[in-house]
Amino acid sequence: MAEPARAVVAESAPLLEARGIGFRRGGMRILWDVDLVLHSGEIVTVVGPNGSGKTTLMRLLIGALKPDEGEIRRRPDLRIGYVPQKMTVDYTMPLTVSRFLRLGGGTTAAGARALERVGIPHLADRQLRALSGGQFQRVLLAQALTLRPDLLVLDEAAQGLDQPGVAQFYRLVEEIRAELGCGVLMVGHDLHVVMAASDRVICLNGHICCAGSPTVVSAAPEYRALFGYGTDGALALYRHEHDHAHAGAGHPAAEEA
Amino acid sequence: MARVMLFDSFLWRAALAGLGVALAAGPLGCFVVWRRMAYFGDATAHASLLGVALALASELPVMLGVTLTALAMAFGVSVASGRTYAADTMLGVASHGALAVGLVGVSLLAGIRVDLAGYLFGDILAVGRGDLGVIWLGAAAIAILLVWRWNRLLVATLNEDLAAAWGVNAGRERAMLTLALALLVAVALKVVGALLITAMLIVPAAAARPLARTPEAMAMLSAALGAMAAVGGLAFSWRLDTPTGPSIVVTAIVALVLSNAAAAFVDRRPVE
Repeated sequence: MAEPARAVVAESAPLLEARGIGFRRGGMRILWDVDLVLHSGEIVTVVGPNGSGKTTLMRLLIGALKPDEGEIRRRPDLRIGYVPQKMTVDYTMPLTVSRFLRLGGGTTAAGARALERVGIPHLADRQLRALSGGQFQRVLLAQALTLRPDLLVLDEAAQGLDQPGVAQFYRLVEEIRAELGCGVLMVGHDLHVVMAASDRVICLNGHICCAGSPTVVSAAPEYRALFGYGTDGALALYRHEHDHAHAGAGHPAAEEA
Repeated sequence: MARVMLFDSFLWRAALAGLGVALAAGPLGCFVVWRRMAYFGDATAHASLLGVALALASELPVMLGVTLTALAMAFGVSVASGRTYAADTMLGVASHGALAVGLVGVSLLAGIRVDLAGYLFGDILAVGRGDLGVIWLGAAAIAILLVWRWNRLLVATLNEDLAAAWGVNAGRERAMLTLALALLVAVALKVVGALLITAMLIVPAAAARPLARTPEAMAMLSAALGAMAAVGGLAFSWRLDTPTGPSIVVTAIVALVLSNAAAAFVDRRPVE
């Protein structure tokens, strides 16, 4: 997988376009009528309760699953950087961080640059298994960056980080978006932080309940119905993210695909 | 002089046959270990006995019958797995079922004398020139397949979603490994026998694990340890007059114990 020359595409051509996607598993409707368009340079966040199909949607969009209905069009030669929600490295496979970063086809130098970018250049020779949860998430992000992606798909990529770590993580994502000009699609549980970093929020519960700017979505009745009003609702959290630390923000991401 | 030549040639053939199988089984066995396919390997290997019975009954070459049955078993099991029963229940049924049906089948072959022990435990000393050619051809095919698709196989083994994001079709890579496994069973049947093929896959790979830091190192070490076990086992079976297939496996297990002891010793030293 050598780096292919990037196709010259008009600014307006979307990275990814999904129309009317439906997906079922074992007779259960997991997703229906999902439309989603993603352009270069924008950060789109998908929020939704457990079991709302967020991870399934991510897996459909990267091509790991095929939709039962509708179609997904990806820009030709689209390079995707992906951080899966769940990834375990078994003890049986010896794997250093630097070798892991080369698996996608990138060079050692590209891997080293990516590690530098996420602030862990000293971990290159460590075994993946010997990393802490937070270090491992950073390595996963570095892995997604090695091939200079056009589209970054992050499924709960900030899991296992402490609160300052989470905020720092999303700042890093914004910086990377600015550097690479890539589109970013992410799923997050840390509602207020995630939404603060987004250009657009999609509220998912099997179908798209509501979508728009963070301010619009957090005020939408559909969103409030799913996430409640809480102390002041997520809108307040969003506005006062620096002086609040609500319990709802860091609850564990225990979700099945 | 003539006796020495004779002695040389069949012992040489046995050693070369063992080496061929070990060099292919070592790296392939790493995938069996990484993907937790040991039981799957057993089912495929046991199906070879059924293949022998079918081949003899239909007067087809044994090698062909074994390859086809192993392939059918391997793909059948991967399609059916996880549908109704847990994977290990289903593999247990398939594995022991294939063995039992194969044993019954072989016994029903009227008028054909079958060296059952040879098929169960291997008969490396009876490897002929033709066998040797087939073994090395099969082993080379497996090695080429693994080298050719190495990175894709690794990615698909590590995480199927990541593989998809990188444009690797995990299902196709799984099929490639299944194909390689069926081929290995056919190739190794004569050398270690249906019951011990899985041991040639997992023991060298497990022995290599504590000494390796990367998948590549583990694969190469596994091939090397398997080769040492093949030659060492042959030598000790010759000296002590023990069955050769089991002797090779015993040697590999000694290597496993030693490598773990060595790793534990190294681990106890202060690091950095």
